[in-house]
Amino acid sequence: MTLVNKTAAELQSLLHNKEVSVKELTESAFSRIEEVDGEVQAFLKTTKEEALERAEQLDQEPMEGRGPLFGLPIGIKDNIVTKGIETTAASKMLEGFVPVYDATVVEKVNEAGMVSVGKLNLDEFAMGSTTESSAFKKTTNPWNIAHVPGGSSGGSAAAVAAGEVPFSLGSDTGGSVRQPAAFCGIVGMKPTYGRVSRSGLVGLAGSLDQIGPMTRNVEDNALLLSAISGVDARDSSSSSQPVPDFRAALTGDVKGLKIAVPKEFIGEGVPAPIQNAVKEALNVLESLGAQWEEVSLPHVKYAAPTYYVICSSEASSNLSRYDGIRFGYRAEGVKNLEELYTRSRAEGFGEEVKKRILFGTYALSADHHEDLYVQSQKVRTLIAQDFATVFEKYDVIIGPTSATTAYEMGQTVKDPLMLYTNDVLTVPVNLAGVPAISVPCGFSDGLPIGLQIIGKHFDEATIYKTAHAFEQATDFHTRTPSLGEGK
Amino acid sequence: MTQFTNEDVKYFAGFAKLAVSDEEAAVYAEKLSELAGFAKELKEVNTEGIAPMTHPIQLYNVLREDVPVDVLDREEMLKSVREHEDGQIKVPNIL
Repeated sequence: MTLVNKTAAELQSLLHNKEVSVKELTESAFSRIEEVDGEVQAFLKTTKEEALERAEQLDQEPMEGRGPLFGLPIGIKDNIVTKGIETTAASKMLEGFVPVYDATVVEKVNEAGMVSVGKLNLDEFAMGSTTESSAFKKTTNPWNIAHVPGGSSGGSAAAVAAGEVPFSLGSDTGGSVRQPAAFCGIVGMKPTYGRVSRSGLVGLAGSLDQIGPMTRNVEDNALLLSAISGVDARDSSSSSQPVPDFRAALTGDVKGLKIAVPKEFIGEGVPAPIQNAVKEALNVLESLGAQWEEVSLPHVKYAAPTYYVICSSEASSNLSRYDGIRFGYRAEGVKNLEELYTRSRAEGFGEEVKKRILFGTYALSADHHEDLYVQSQKVRTLIAQDFATVFEKYDVIIGPTSATTAYEMGQTVKDPLMLYTNDVLTVPVNLAGVPAISVPCGFSDGLPIGLQIIGKHFDEATIYKTAHAFEQATDFHTRTPSLGEGK
Repeated sequence: MTQFTNEDVKYFAGFAKLAVSDEEAAVYAEKLSELAGFAKELKEVNTEGIAPMTHPIQLYNVLREDVPVDVLDREEMLKSVREHEDGQIKVPNIL
């Protein structure tokens, strides 16, 4: 009995027909993890004992009253706090840190009856797009282990792609759910800013961060987003917009859907195999009755520098809480309080994190505040206005999720600016606060390609409808990488 | 300024409370120069009359009832603290 290729609905029907128990499902997730995680290295920590104990309790629950996610295994990105279970954000700074409360999303997946099986690797403090800046391990891409899984939610994407778990949670500040979903050939949603509570998310950039679901197919993704969404008194930026049953949007009907394709997203920087995959996807949607037209988002060419200024500025402020005193890493043998701060932070943070803290400190300093930080906030307004203008006439915006397939391990270390320019496809979405999904739409040299579908604020339903119609008309989501015994 | 010297790095590291060695300062000087050069193109955007965006979704007056609720247990929270005494967190000498 393996979880690989099974949807939530299929697993639920196995549970209801008593062909499998929650405990057996949980055991099967762990046997897959034990089989392949030596190669994939997605998990920083597994919690087998706790998971099996919880599964046994869940098996006692009556069948009626069980929801669509009841008893199903999930992995949690390790920047989302879990009560009593070490949460590190893949940083030496938080090594050994055991939170005293659960993030709201963790409470919600527990309430839905899901079984958490462990914590997933990421770039340190979610700063990166390859998962290589983790202080603890390098996660591989299940489609080709010489390549990165993307990031920062690389562990979350790789675990789902490798069939270790059918569900995971990631977080997306500038593309960190969508880009690894694209690199690993799975479905990843960055919801509207405010749709999902950030309480218990280790903060990177407060005006950009959003937690999102990662799954093998669109329907499972819609189910998980319905479960984790909603206003939360512990996050004053969460929205009181009603949460629809997103699965109800999966009608398959995209007749008359108006699609905008920004010329900036399929321009010269995007190689032919990816351009072709996106054009082929547009043909598929057109054959289902949708219409598409080319549009322009004139300010997105400034999105990457805008993002780096805002994200670094907010991060430099957010990460000031790591002072070596109340929790986290503390330097030994210090002479005074000042040295406790400066050495704890110098020794606890990795290089990428320190670089962004320094850049953010510079951007917020008196001499540069106006021309860097405030100017980037103004350009952010222009970028958001570009989206608003397009959404007056169109239902969704479509383009590639990433301008490349998964990089080779170590490749981006040599060319860091390449990463920043690749971010131009994902960061505008966070700057505008709109929702966007990545779904598989092709392969190039055996590595997956992702299609990005962007929607209006709080209109994840139309994104899911479009993504689902495309998915059902294609077979990319049914392909699986060769790992473990099936190799 | 888009070219950082080692001294510039140490100046900003002072505000960020990061100890930086000379070797590290040289590394960060290069990386920060690269980022600052990259950010320079923002200056070419005409933003006259444009309001800065601080938050992607406009929410106003997010309030809650002023009633006491159970919060986290102090003993539990102190488990994360390296040094504490009588419920208070200890730090090294300040002066």
